[in-house]
Amino acid sequence: MSELTSAAPATNEAPEYKERSRWELFKRSTFWYSFTRDRVAMVCAFIFALFVSAALLAPVLAPTNPYDLAAIDIMDSELPPAWAEEGDERFLLGTDDQGRDLFSTILYGMRISLAIGLFAVVLQAFIGIVLGLMAGYFGGRIDSFLMRVADIQLSFSTMMVAIIVLAVFQASFGSELYSKLAMLMLILVIGIAEWPQYARTVRASVLAEKKKEYVEAARVMGFGSGRIMFRHILPNALSPILVISTVQIANAIISEAALSFLGLGMPVSQPSLGSLISSGFEYIFSGSWWITVIPGVVLVVLVLVLNLLGDWLRDVLNPKLYKG
Amino acid sequence: MSLLEVEGLRIEFPSRHGTAVAVKGVSFTVEKGEILGLVGESGAGKSTVGNAVIDLLSAPGVIAGGNIKLDNQTISGLHGEAMRKIRGRRIGFIFQDPMTSLNPLLTIETQMVETIMVNLDLDKAAAFEKAIELLESVGIPEPAIRIKQYPHQFSGGMRQRVVIAIALSGDPELIIADEPTTALDVSIQNQILELIRELCKKRQVGCLFVTHDMGVIANVTDRVAVMYMGDLVELGTTEQILCRPEHPYTQSLISAVPRTDVKLHRFPSVEYIEKAEGHQIDVKNHWLGEQEVFGNPSGDVLLKVKDVDLRFETQSAFFKKNRRYVQASNKVSFDVRPGETFGLVGESGSGKSTIARVIAGLYPPDAGSIEFAGQDITRLTEKERKPFRRQIQMVFQNPYSSMNARMTVRDIIAEPIRFHDLAESERQVNQIVSDLLDHVGLGRASGVKYPHEFSGGQRQRISIARALATRPRFLICDEPTSALDVSVQAQILNLLKDLQEELGLTMLFISHDLPVILQMCDRIGVMKMGSLVETGDTDRIFSDPQHEYTQHLISMMPRVENLSHEGLEIEAQVAHV
Repeated sequence: MSELTSAAPATNEAPEYKERSRWELFKRSTFWYSFTRDRVAMVCAFIFALFVSAALLAPVLAPTNPYDLAAIDIMDSELPPAWAEEGDERFLLGTDDQGRDLFSTILYGMRISLAIGLFAVVLQAFIGIVLGLMAGYFGGRIDSFLMRVADIQLSFSTMMVAIIVLAVFQASFGSELYSKLAMLMLILVIGIAEWPQYARTVRASVLAEKKKEYVEAARVMGFGSGRIMFRHILPNALSPILVISTVQIANAIISEAALSFLGLGMPVSQPSLGSLISSGFEYIFSGSWWITVIPGVVLVVLVLVLNLLGDWLRDVLNPKLYKG
Repeated sequence: MSLLEVEGLRIEFPSRHGTAVAVKGVSFTVEKGEILGLVGESGAGKSTVGNAVIDLLSAPGVIAGGNIKLDNQTISGLHGEAMRKIRGRRIGFIFQDPMTSLNPLLTIETQMVETIMVNLDLDKAAAFEKAIELLESVGIPEPAIRIKQYPHQFSGGMRQRVVIAIALSGDPELIIADEPTTALDVSIQNQILELIRELCKKRQVGCLFVTHDMGVIANVTDRVAVMYMGDLVELGTTEQILCRPEHPYTQSLISAVPRTDVKLHRFPSVEYIEKAEGHQIDVKNHWLGEQEVFGNPSGDVLLKVKDVDLRFETQSAFFKKNRRYVQASNKVSFDVRPGETFGLVGESGSGKSTIARVIAGLYPPDAGSIEFAGQDITRLTEKERKPFRRQIQMVFQNPYSSMNARMTVRDIIAEPIRFHDLAESERQVNQIVSDLLDHVGLGRASGVKYPHEFSGGQRQRISIARALATRPRFLICDEPTSALDVSVQAQILNLLKDLQEELGLTMLFISHDLPVILQMCDRIGVMKMGSLVETGDTDRIFSDPQHEYTQHLISMMPRVENLSHEGLEIEAQVAHV
């Protein structure tokens, strides 16, 4: 009742209605409002945007190209960051064991990590949304079958599946072919291993949505199942999908880093953040801490801001937690 | 000196869109043993007043002015511990929904004894005695056994009795009842109202009775305060307010109440609420008025429902014998003639919505047939059924969930037209949608908005426009106004009547509300537990009900009588048993 009373004046001010642009609607939304009120979310979004743009602009920003073997001098290997005593002004964050500029390598590595995270999540979301929608909407046997498949998939941990698949692939096709297809393989493996997360979330919200009368209205109109699922139910079930997506991107980046650290991920010639950490790990006791620590810090910050953004998004999109 | 005095009460809800004033300087008093009705439509601020009295305003609401006195002692502005001493002991509260106002994990005994011990400083045994006594006084049979049970073992009406017993457990001087019967069926509503009235008189307890229902007001209150947009517009004895209202808002509110004594051609035009926008179009010469020949146009039955059986599984099991079912529809048969409005009435769970959904093709029946224009539509494949889907459309009960929130109103209405290829070009689709929006009173400019930007009544207009977009001949209205305020209800019912006249629609009108059924329908079917117990002309059903259950329902109908007949277009007088 009191919600109604407090909402009443808002509906009264509507007589003159001008068509608002999407941007104006966005600026008036609760989403934008709570974003501007939440300092943590703003800082996180800023850092994330900074990382993404740095990764995208890597060819412009990076002083050297770490993929260009001709530009690398082995004599420059393991130089400490520029501020250290033995540092070299040319290499801001020092160099790794092969003499590559660490700053440039991190920029390019972040590119790879973000791309793998993003595409793996797109794949997960695609499989998960389609199967989750079908399970939730049709119910009955289709639901039981798909959800049991999901349970089986979940009972194997992502890492275990990934390690087995990647190791078998590497052993049977040789590491040459593997290093060419590494990125694709990582995306496929992480994408397929994690789809049940999406399928379960989507199914839960479909079950809630399909009881609502707008779905019945669509069926009375004679619309087909596909149209109802994708055009009517899916847009209303997007909020939880958005929330888990942020967390899933962070998870995929971590999985990729872990696999690369184990030597099953990106090859040394195209290092991701994970393989950089791994390549420096051997030198950490010989004093070359920066090769491991600096990409490690970048990875931790990247995953942290993604998780914090996901938390914030969950709070905003959950109407039960919405406070004035 | 009055029991409760409210003086110039002002309640504000500050928010980021500015401060909303929910209650603007309201003053009234409640005497001992008196029931004061606080009536108004949603957003009027009536519940807010009730909540403010015992400091239960939901955040960010604040009392910004005025004061509240209980027995000459100011209680507004009291919080925390000080207010706790008043709640329960001096003021009891009865909540709207008995399904959620009791803790499902505790027995009635635990909930009551605890309340009594805290409020009356009694020991456990004495508190138990008192609890039994209270349950007995609110009419719960075998209280000594029932008190050991959990809330889920009680029916809705019984639970509300328990809630009342708990409200009375501190021997309060004042009870605040916030829509205590809204969630209950008519027959139970009557018993609860009776009980509240009796208890207030016997114990000399004052009662502030918040409701939106004029029928309830007429039955239970001594005096009535009418609220409109945060203002108290009129205060007087119940008889005075109902029969000789002075303020124009009260007048229009009273005239919108569905009458039980006369059948109206149309509700008198209702002012003081949202205005309908847009101009009416000439439907006869419009795309909407074009009737296609469909099926077998001659014949005096458009829809024939024959022996429809449907049961739902309540417990699934691998073996057939272990499965349990509930019979939602049991050999239901009725005919609907072209151009008439057929009403289905019954209490919740009687299966009336199920029948509507079977006709609309949402559930296939287990047995029986549904013939539309001479063709059995239950045996058709989805493809064969497509042209029939267009002919039968439905307006749903809940205006808040019956529209896809992520689509604009224009898209919502245009989708069925596009899907069924009813228009020649996209331009024509746009034209039709604009005309439809105009015709249902929303104005064509509203097409760019999303459903959440509209009020409940406006959304129901969108819902009607969407149903009409396929040019149906048969419209199913499933409780189309039960979620709406009475003046908005009057507008929507008028709209449906007009559309029926203009388009020659045949309607199946479902409601639990007998006065609404009386106003809308030509013939009525009465349903109980999945069976149709009686069918007949509206007049006959109300004046001479044959079946025992129909008689019971009609005797329970809240009567609002002796209202003024001024400015009404009366179609027929209705006699009652």
